[in-house]
Order: sequence, then C-alpha cells, then structure tokens
Amino acid sequence: MADEIKIGAYICQGCGIGDRVDTAQLAQVAQRDAKASIVREHAFLCNAEGVKMIQDDIDNEGVNRVAICACSRRAKTEAFNFEGVAITRGNLREGVIWIRPDTDEARETTQDMADDYVRMAVTEAKYMTPPKGDDNTKYTPKVLIVGGGVSGMTAAVEAAKAGYQCTIVEKSGALGGAAAKAWKRIPQHAPYADPEDTGVAELIKAVEESDKITVHLNSHLTKTSGAPGRFSADITTESGSTTTENFGAIVQASGYFEYDARQLPELGYGKSANVVTQAELDAMAKEADGGPIKTKDGKEVNSVAFIQCAGQRSEKEGHLPYCSGHCCLTSIKQAMYFKDQNPDIDTNVIYTDLRTPGAGGEDFYRSGQQKGITFTKGAVSEVVASGDALEVKFKDLILDEDTSEKVDLVVLATGQVPNSGVDIEAMAAVVEGEEDGAEPEEPTAVQVPVESILNLTYRQGPDVPHLKYGFNDSHFICFPYETRRTGIYTTGPVRRPMDMQQAIEDATGAAMKAIQAIENAAKGRAAHPRSGDLSFPSFRREGCTQCKRCTVECPFGAIDEDEERYPQFNEERCRRCGTCMGACPVRVISFENYSVDSVGQQLKIVDIPDEFEEKPRILALACENDAYPALDMAAMNKVEYSAFVRVIPVRCLGSVNLIWITDALNSGYDGVVMMGCQKGENYQCHFVRGSEIAHVRMSKVDDTLQSLSLEPERVSVHEVAITDIERAPALINEMAETIEKIGMSPFKF
Amino acid sequence: MADIIATNETILVVGGGISGMTAAIEAAECGKQVILIEKGPSVGGRVSQLYKYFPKLCHPTCGLEINLRRLKGNKNVRLLTMTEVSEVSGEAGNYSVTLKTTPRYVNENCTACGACSEVVDAEFDDAYNYGLGKRKGAYLPNKMAYPQRYVLDPQIIGTPDATKAKEACKYDAIDLEMQEESNTITVGAIIWATGWQPYDANKIQPYGYDRIANVITSVEFERLMDPHGPTGGKLLRPSDGKEAKDIAFIQCAGSRDRNYLKHCSRICCMASLKQTTYVRERYADEGKATVYYIDIRAIDRIDDFYQKVKADENVTFIKSKVARIDEDKASGNPILHGVNTEGYHRYANQHDLVVLAVGMEPSVAQDEFPVKVTINEEGFIEQDEANGAIFAAGCSADALDVNRAVQNATASALRAIQVVNRAAGMEG
Repeated sequence: MADEIKIGAYICQGCGIGDRVDTAQLAQVAQRDAKASIVREHAFLCNAEGVKMIQDDIDNEGVNRVAICACSRRAKTEAFNFEGVAITRGNLREGVIWIRPDTDEARETTQDMADDYVRMAVTEAKYMTPPKGDDNTKYTPKVLIVGGGVSGMTAAVEAAKAGYQCTIVEKSGALGGAAAKAWKRIPQHAPYADPEDTGVAELIKAVEESDKITVHLNSHLTKTSGAPGRFSADITTESGSTTTENFGAIVQASGYFEYDARQLPELGYGKSANVVTQAELDAMAKEADGGPIKTKDGKEVNSVAFIQCAGQRSEKEGHLPYCSGHCCLTSIKQAMYFKDQNPDIDTNVIYTDLRTPGAGGEDFYRSGQQKGITFTKGAVSEVVASGDALEVKFKDLILDEDTSEKVDLVVLATGQVPNSGVDIEAMAAVVEGEEDGAEPEEPTAVQVPVESILNLTYRQGPDVPHLKYGFNDSHFICFPYETRRTGIYTTGPVRRPMDMQQAIEDATGAAMKAIQAIENAAKGRAAHPRSGDLSFPSFRREGCTQCKRCTVECPFGAIDEDEERYPQFNEERCRRCGTCMGACPVRVISFENYSVDSVGQQLKIVDIPDEFEEKPRILALACENDAYPALDMAAMNKVEYSAFVRVIPVRCLGSVNLIWITDALNSGYDGVVMMGCQKGENYQCHFVRGSEIAHVRMSKVDDTLQSLSLEPERVSVHEVAITDIERAPALINEMAETIEKIGMSPFKF
Repeated sequence: MADIIATNETILVVGGGISGMTAAIEAAECGKQVILIEKGPSVGGRVSQLYKYFPKLCHPTCGLEINLRRLKGNKNVRLLTMTEVSEVSGEAGNYSVTLKTTPRYVNENCTACGACSEVVDAEFDDAYNYGLGKRKGAYLPNKMAYPQRYVLDPQIIGTPDATKAKEACKYDAIDLEMQEESNTITVGAIIWATGWQPYDANKIQPYGYDRIANVITSVEFERLMDPHGPTGGKLLRPSDGKEAKDIAFIQCAGSRDRNYLKHCSRICCMASLKQTTYVRERYADEGKATVYYIDIRAIDRIDDFYQKVKADENVTFIKSKVARIDEDKASGNPILHGVNTEGYHRYANQHDLVVLAVGMEPSVAQDEFPVKVTINEEGFIEQDEANGAIFAAGCSADALDVNRAVQNATASALRAIQVVNRAAGMEG
C-alpha cells in the first residue's frame, strides 16, 4: 500500500464514560492490543478542542485512520466528520455504559465490554481504507426519456430548464400520448369548478422550442447498456435505422394501456356502440369540439350513466384488483361536458366510493353537484341494450333495493394497465422452473403485450423490476423514487395509476432524480440510501470460482458477466449494500471501507475468556439502519442487556458472509445473534432482499454447527424493527440465557 | 450565527418535516447549497409522531433514520432549528430573507448526556405526544431527535430549575443568556414546506372532544401505539386507563364539511384503515373496530389494503356521518348517534373509545404568511407563476399522503434548482 497506515485512537471520558470505566486501561488496550500509533484520552472529545486535537493529528502527525471511542456512530456525526481519513467508532456510551448497571458488581464486565469495543474500533480502522472514489467516472449531463406523453415531455422540459440535454424516444408518430386524445382535463387551479384545457399543446410547443431537447418519433430502444453516467442506448426507428447515443440517466415514462373493455360484456361493451370507455368519450368530446356530443350513430344524447370501477377494484378474473385513482374525477369532468352544454341532460355517476381527494378534488365534486350531476351509490350488475336505449341495472345501496335506469349512453370508468415491459422476476421464475423440470407458472389474468421497454443488457433482465400489479413503483413510502435500477427512474402511470396533474408532479420529481444520478455518477458517489458513499466493490479475479451468486443476488442488477463468465461490476449501478460480499463463498469481493476483514478482524480481536471464567461471548450483527438504532434508543431509555455481547453494525444482513459466523464459532464465541429488517412481501429492507437472503443463508449454518458439534440454538436470526427498543435487547438477553442453559462453547483457546 | 453563508445560488427550505427534509437533501445531493430551517427544536415533523405507515405498516422512523443519515453526512445542508421566516423581499433568483431564531438555551456543546433533565423538576405537556404525557423542562424532544441536543423550555428560564440545569451540565452547554436572534440572508429560491396540523377537534362540537374523555383524535391514537409513547404502546383510554378493545373510527371529522374544512384530507381513510390493524395487532380476535364513513378513499393501487381490512370480521363499516356523541356516565363509554344511510337505520352505538379521523389543515394560516403567494380557499399554496421562486412542497401544497408529499417535495427541489442554476449561469 502506498500510504502507510497510521491509526489514531481517541478515547472520550465524557458523558460518564470516565466515571464508569478506566479510560487509561482503554488507552493501553488501544496501543498494546490493537496497535494504534497515537492514543489520546480526552475529557470531552466532541467539543471544539477535542475535535481540533484530532484534526491536528491528521494534519501534523499523518494520522489517516481515526478510531473514535466515545458515543454511538449515530451521535455527533458532524463533529467527527474528518475529510480524507477512515473513521470508525467505538460505542462506549450507548453500547456500554448506558446499557449496564452502575454497580460494583458490574464494573468488571462493563470494563471488558469497553476494552473490546476499543480493540474493535481500532482494528476496524486498520482494515479500512479511506475510499478514493472511482477514477473512471463520466459526466454526461444528458437524460434519456422513454415516452413522449405528458410525463415524458414534462420530465424533458423540467430537466432542460435546469440546464440538461434531453432526448425523448417516442414509439408513436406524435408527442402527446394518451392525454393528447382528451378534450379537457381535471382542473389544476382554484376554484376547481370547470374542466380546463389539457395543456398538451403547450407542452408539445415547449418541447419543440427547447434547444436542449431532441425528439425521436416512431422509435424505440433496441439496446440499453452501461450504467449511470455512461448509459449507451440504441434508438431504432420503425424503418430499422439505429443511432447510438450516450446518456447520464434514464427516465422511463412509458405510460399505460387502456384496460380492454371487451372483458366486460355484462356491462354491454362490444354489444352496443353506445357503451363507451372514458377514453372513448373524451375522443367523442374532442370530435364534437365544444358542440353537443352525439352517439356514434349521430343521435342526440339526453341521458348518460357513468359506471365507476368498471372492471376495477374487483377480484374477478380478468378484472383489475386496484383503483385507478383518477376515474371518479374524470367522470365528473365528463358529466360536465354534457351539463355545460345543456343542463337538461341527465348525468348519473354510479359509484361505490366516490374518490375526489384533496382541496381540488372536493371542490370539483361540489361543482359537479351544483351543475346538477346526480351521484348514486350503487353497484351495477348489468347493462342491457333495449331498443334504442340502454338499461343500467344496479343495486341502489342507499335505498337498499335493486333498480334500473334507461339512458342513451353509458360510460365505463375502466382502469389503467401499466406499460411496464417484461416482468423480469416472473421470467426468472419461469427459467428456474424450466431448469428444475417444473411446469412454468400459469400466466396472470390481465394480459398486455409484453415487449421490453428498455432492452437493458443487464444480466438480470431487460426491464426495471415490477412491484405489484405490474407497476414499476418504488416499494418505499418515504422514498417514491427508490429504484432498483440505479439511474433509471420510472414516472407517470407506469409507476402507479394517476391523472395528469399527478403525472406532472411525478415527472418533475423523476427529472430531479435523473439529474442527481448524473451528478452522483460523475463524482463516483452512491445513490440513496447510502448517499455519498465513495467506495465501490472490488474483486479479486484470481480467486473467483464463477459461482454467479453475486450476479444473481445483487438487488440492483449491478453485476453482469464478462465474456469469460467472470462477474463484471458496474460501480455506478452499485448501492454499496454488500450483498455480493455476503454471497461470495470464496470471499473475493470487498469494499475499501467495508470488507470481510473489516468485520472479521473485529470479531477476532475480541478477548475470549477461557471457559472457566464464566464470561461467554455473544456476537451480534445488527442492521445499521434499524436494529442498531433500536439498540441505541434502548440505551437512551437505559434498557439493560447482557455485558457479554459485542455488537457490530452491518450495512445489511445480506452483506453478512458465512465466514464471520464460522470464524466466530471457531474462535470461541458462545452464540451469534443476527438482526435484520422485515422480510417477505412487505419487506422493510432497503436493499430489497438482504434480510431474506441472510435468513436463507443462515439456514445452512446448521452444517457448520454440526461439523463443530455445536448446538443449533447458538445461532439465531431475527427480523427487528427500529421501534423494537425493548425486543432487540431482549433477543440478546435470550441468547445469553440460552448459553447459560446449554453451556459454554468448547472452542475457547 | 454570523457564519451563515448564503448567496443567490442557495436554496432556502422552510420546514423540517419529511417534505422539507426531502427537498433539502435531494437538492443537496445534486450539489446545491441548502439552508434548512425548522421552527421546532428537531427535524422529522409529523411523520416522526406516527407509529406506522399505511399500507405497508412499516415504521416511519426507519425512513427518518435514512434521511437523518443523509442529512448528517451532507455538508451542503445547513440546518437551523428553532428558526422561522419573519420577512421576505426581493424576487426570483435574489431574495432577502430575515430569519428569526428563538433561544434553545443549549449550545452545540451538548452531548445529550441527559444530566440537565435529571435535575429539573417542573414538567410540561409533551407536545410530541400531543399533550397525552408530560416531559421535563429540560428535554430531548424524542429519541430520534436531530439535532441530538437538549432544549430548555422557556417557562423554566428565571426559575431555580434553570440554574440547576446549568449547574448539572459539565460541558458548558447551557447558556441562559441566549437571546432571540435575527439574521438576514440572500437566497435564490425558497421551498415552502411548513406542512399541516391536525384540525382542532374542539371545533367539532357535536363530537364532544372537549367534554368526553374517551373521544380522542387519530394523531393521539398513533401516540398510544408507539412504544416510545405515553402509554408505552398500550391502547389505554383516557378516562380510566383501561384497555380500549372496542374502538370506533369517525371519518371526515372536520373534513368535507362546509362548517369546518371544505376539503377532503385524503389520508384519513387510509389512516383509519391502518389503525384498525393496530386493534388487531394488540388484541387479535379480542378487539373490534367500527369505521363510520362517507366514502372510503383508498386511492389507486393501495385499494387492496381496504379490501384486506374489509375482509377482517372484526372490522365493521357503517356508511354514516355520525350526528353526535354523548357519554354513558357510568362506564365512560361514548355513545354514537346517527343513521346508517345504507338502508336508513338509526343507531345509538356504544364503544370503549372513539377516534376522530381529524383533517389536515395547513400549518400556516392564510393571513400569517410572511410572503405573498397565491393561496386557495382551503389555505394551500397554489402553483402560480406569480409566486416567483417560492415553491410549495408537501402538505403546504395540498392534503397529501407521505408518498405524494415526498414526490411533490422532490419536484419542488428541481424547480428551485432551475432557479439557482439560472443564477449560476449554468443554464445556456
């Protein structure tokens, strides 16, 4: 290594640490056992003077690894934020003195604990390198936008306004998408009383007038490769000519398909020309151009029924299980097309739950009532063509009776089906099934033409993973743009059902994230949730056995395979979770600031007393985002837990390599507790399947235990939430009790 | 605070709830300079007071932890707590903003060791728990509070408690001489994210929130479930501290009503559906929930959450706007009176506890905005070119759920970036 490792260990005596443990002994441990070059104690390390002391050592003494033995890594982060050095934290406050009783009896084990955390912090520092960042990053201030509807055009216009080049690839021959076929839109401004102009023409004009936006019509992507900052896309026209361009980030605004109303024969669609969908009615209104809307055979319309949730919010086969969100407001808008033209036309909106949220929604609903639109809470069973009229049969839910109504026109509020491309996870399941000789799964109910949108060359498949019902949404409430393909953001109705106003907001946000991805990629910085992390996975090719676990398990599709079938890391796609590191059976993957050694050596430096001392050792590996904060907060509440545990925060339980467990057991730990996030359908893990993968991997730890003749109870894996301030300590205590029951490990040397 | 460096390339974010934090962090992660101000002593806002989110039933503090880590690690954001905007002048790309900072009486030396809190005696209603519990006069707002720094309640200043707190602090962190400060800074764009407050349930007289102990609000109910909360996570009703097992949820309490809030607050249906799962979480089949509603607005793909709750036999839905509530004096049980409009049946139903799904009201009243922006009748900021480079984010813009608020905040960050990039001459 070019630069010599010089570790400074700094031991704080503040917040009662100095009263509860012998800090002189800690200093000795840091120097003697962990080999820190400089060791200093300080009464109040986080104050300006303490921080300056450390900075001086960095500036004058060449300290490049800083081990701060004070409070939790979650506290005083800004004070201890030194540039250009690796920083580790020994948690003596929340991890030791706050969770142990202040008694003479407890003094010795409390000191042991503190000694170990100092050893661990210094050792971690030794095995960490300050990340230098990626030298090969590219700055490509150019956004690729797939889809030229309202969402795509908005993303382009907004990104261009911030100074970035944009290219729109639109498969049809014109910009505007679904919205261009609409007559008016739901109002977006107070007083929210009348339908307003769609704004599509203006948006198209803004796109066409911008010198920063290029548009490819009748085109689609035939190949997309690379990573944030260096995407390369093949844009192919209908005639087959292809141009290749480079981009920094991608916004996928591929929109939605109209639900196929032919699946609703009971509502008369396909049987009568006077049963139409909302989209068809808007087209009719557009054709009427402000004049009276007539039936397809040119007759006057005197009465219209709007049937809400047509083929939606229904478990029936071929129906959509979800609500499309906009349809209630759209029906009100369309009823106004008639009422504004002629107040005598009867318009009845038949609904089960009328959904007009927010300030604008409720005002618009009230305006509809004022204009004389009827709203009926009812469940429609059938639409029957009888002579010239249509008979709508429904149960009136207020009067609690079956009834019917004759109308000239029926409008079905059918839903949005996302145009989200290939379901790569279903595809992977089918492929796996075929390999096992199993039958491929039955196709799902609602079929849409499945063509890939992006044609990514990623090993994990050509499109962004679907979430639920085919939508490409983020899985996270607080992070609507948390994508599983770094630098690729989906927006608009492909993400969740939505109307134009929401699509405009959403696309503006997506454009923002695309720009951020471009800026991050250029600096080699990780995207959310480990924002700003400059490290990236490195890989020792000689040792690799080509087992492919890393390429399969990477939650972000960051790892491809090269021609020789070795893993090929795409640093800019990586989110630094370490799942690949945890997966690797031969341990050839590491990060500068997080590696098999940076954790493995910590657990090895812990002092393991011989079995006669009756001081067991428990290793706890805790997810840094949930379990570790839960333990911190337990400490703030002065919840006690076993003095025999040594807690190491991990980026994700998915990054836990089996060797850590094996090493711990081999070196005499009596138990191992692992705490990750909630797994399963509503998984909490921001690295998607880290917790789940860890649970699977650890189910195989039994073999190790068996080969060592150890009891299976010595290793436990748990799902822990950040609110588990009582439970997380209890899980540690449980392990301590288990060890008391089954006895100490025989592997103490 | 003489060291606030801001230029017309700086973005000011007003409000440190999830929308403001998001806008600030997203812009900062694009390399922009941001000043984030928060009126209270810590960031996190309303979501930090929630037990779980719908529809995933995950904990808001998990996302807060991520956002706090992003905030702590990003040198582009300068956070000022206990700070409000008192005046704004200028125009897009060049605003002059006067900030008012009220004293915390605790400086950055604070290590959050808690010694001051241990020695003071006086206790006050805990705003974090909507007054359901008490806190000391020297306190950390909550366990996730960031900055992790104590606060002295101004009410103890000048009392012996203040002196005791100061003497207990070994780190010279308590400064009883701290005064209100005023600073004027230049910024290029402003993101307004002052959020919402629960509608004052006292105003809904027929529901007796002010008279009947066992009528509480939805936000208070969240605090009861929180293991950090006033009851340690138990559903104890206020009148007698007994476990409430039969709980009524009243939708549109103060919303969709000309007498109170005209608008639909969007979140309350999903919030109540979520809260029915709390009843199940605590009592399994022993608990009962009844939802009185007008329309269940479980909008878009999360409608399946409604379907799931509807399938729960212990949850009943009654389509009705409850007319009034009175109290059974002997048991303390609230009695709900009204008509089930599906079939028109009158009812007088007793429950152990009533939860009012109170609406969202913009935090800043229409006449209290320190800056001229276009505000609609409901009090939300409209998108309007006349607003210049002042952009609403989150619930300042409309009644939004967390997901949409964050979406909107991310969009606002871009709008602000467009302005400061123009100021920087980046835009060609």
